[in-house]
Amino acid sequence: MKIKIGIGILVFFTLMAVLGPLLIGADPAATGDDGLQGPSAAHWLGTTQTGQDILTQIVYGARVSMGVGLLSAVIANVIAVAVGLVGGYFGGAVDEVLSVLTNIFLVLPALPLIIVLAGYLPQRGVASVAVVIAVTGWAWGARVLRAQTLSVRRRDFVQAARASGEGALRIVFFEILPVLLPVIATSFLATVVAAILAEAGLSFLGLADLSTVSWGSMLYFAQNGQALLIGAWWWFIPPGLCIALIGTGLALVNFGIDEIANPRLRTVKVKART
Amino acid sequence: MRFLARRLGFYLLTAWAAVTLNFLIPRLMPGDPVELLVARMKGNVDPAAIDAMRRAFGISDANLWQQYLDYLGNLAQGELGRSITFFPAEVSTVIAGSLPWTVGLVGVATLISYLMGTSLGVLMAWKRGTWLDGVLPAATFMHAVPYFWVALALVFVFGVTLQWFPVSRAYGLDVMPGFTGEFAGSVVYHAALPAVTIVVASMADRILGMRNVMVTTLGEDYVVMAEAKGLTSRRVMWAYAARNAILPNITSFALSLGFVVGGSVLTEIVFSYPGIGSMLLKGVENEDFPLMQGIFLVISLAVLVANFLADLAYVVLDPRTRQESE
Repeated sequence: MKIKIGIGILVFFTLMAVLGPLLIGADPAATGDDGLQGPSAAHWLGTTQTGQDILTQIVYGARVSMGVGLLSAVIANVIAVAVGLVGGYFGGAVDEVLSVLTNIFLVLPALPLIIVLAGYLPQRGVASVAVVIAVTGWAWGARVLRAQTLSVRRRDFVQAARASGEGALRIVFFEILPVLLPVIATSFLATVVAAILAEAGLSFLGLADLSTVSWGSMLYFAQNGQALLIGAWWWFIPPGLCIALIGTGLALVNFGIDEIANPRLRTVKVKART
Repeated sequence: MRFLARRLGFYLLTAWAAVTLNFLIPRLMPGDPVELLVARMKGNVDPAAIDAMRRAFGISDANLWQQYLDYLGNLAQGELGRSITFFPAEVSTVIAGSLPWTVGLVGVATLISYLMGTSLGVLMAWKRGTWLDGVLPAATFMHAVPYFWVALALVFVFGVTLQWFPVSRAYGLDVMPGFTGEFAGSVVYHAALPAVTIVVASMADRILGMRNVMVTTLGEDYVVMAEAKGLTSRRVMWAYAARNAILPNITSFALSLGFVVGGSVLTEIVFSYPGIGSMLLKGVENEDFPLMQGIFLVISLAVLVANFLADLAYVVLDPRTRQESE
């Protein structure tokens, strides 16, 4: 049930990001002379101070927010897989070094580091922001994958592969990696949530590319356009809601997977205690 | 105390890594920060400022290794360079002025969030199958809500619409800072909304985490045994199940601190709270690299100290970590 709701939410937002701009067609940056209008038939979610249509911005913003989230989750998980699997499989000094590195990145506060790195970027394009977020977001996945690799490497099929003379890297990436795909999938989903939140935070601070419309940059302009003081709730509620909903969708899928693995967590059919 | 010694060793290593990262970032990132600043100001920079900045970065003609040693030497004396924004103030002075606000706000809010979230998680696991399960979807949603959006919503509802709470600054313009009841009241009044933001946004993680571990623990034989012995529900719930379930919870709490601090930075900025988060943004906006880096370093070290405190709590709660020393 949880997984179904979660997937439903994700499908909705994916369709919105992929097909939405084609259906709407309008330019999200186009200004009009009917600024700060509440929701109406002409503008379903109202307009910004400069008369931009908020629904159009939300739909286009989905592309950037989800795009940055996915891109940096892909980069972060490539690092996580490499560090986690190599450390877990080889053990010894390699593992020691990689584990310490992972734990260090796990403890260091990510957002302040992202802010500092973004402060040094000469141009803050979508891709460079995604890379900066990924650099700070791989550690959790690496830690989980290392632990899983430790248990998998003792299994018979790995021993057999080693006995048949397969190279170590081939064993790691062609024998062990496929077995860990479910773990990688959950870690990937969690990274996407974190990356979308980080991008939103960075854009909200005005430290990402403000010329592209994203949910975070919408909130930046809402805050700087005094949306709160004017009472323009329709300006800042939708982007935040979208971020939270997409995060909820991803989390529901992840929790659903957890419940399959650990049936005790399920909420249904349990007799209440007194 | 082998456990603590090992952890302490790790934190020292991490502190060294943070310090070194701080040294490397300006050198690895594209472009020379000093030239970036000079270009941006179209040459209208006080030569003293350029000089101070080069010194702050330790950028000189010496080789990298010598620069690194100089940097460590300065750091050991608490020397973080001079701020560009507040020139000629020392970065350490600027940080010292804003750090207490953040430590107070984030410290108190995190403590409240931890206590409330954990208790609620215990209760929800215990009363599984009742109306309390209704909190779960809400917690799942809150878990993904951006801190700054919660802050914006609170400002809108309680600050602008209802006008119950102030929406910026740390104390009223009309009170003089000092050890007076009036000042303390003003500080608490102004901290209310930012603190509620951090509590609301960070509590969901604690609820979900504690509930899940607790539910697993409740299936253990010793819990069933305790119930069979006829111990009171309260005793079984807190002294048997929760006491054991709290250990992984402390670990995940410690690891989430970095995230909470990141969220607090954004919260401070929404409320123009004069803490270290607002300072960090000021530093970034003004290309004030020494200030930015000093703040990153201080935040990192603070998170490490908080992690160590969580480890101490762990040792108090888990006798096994103490037995290792014998």
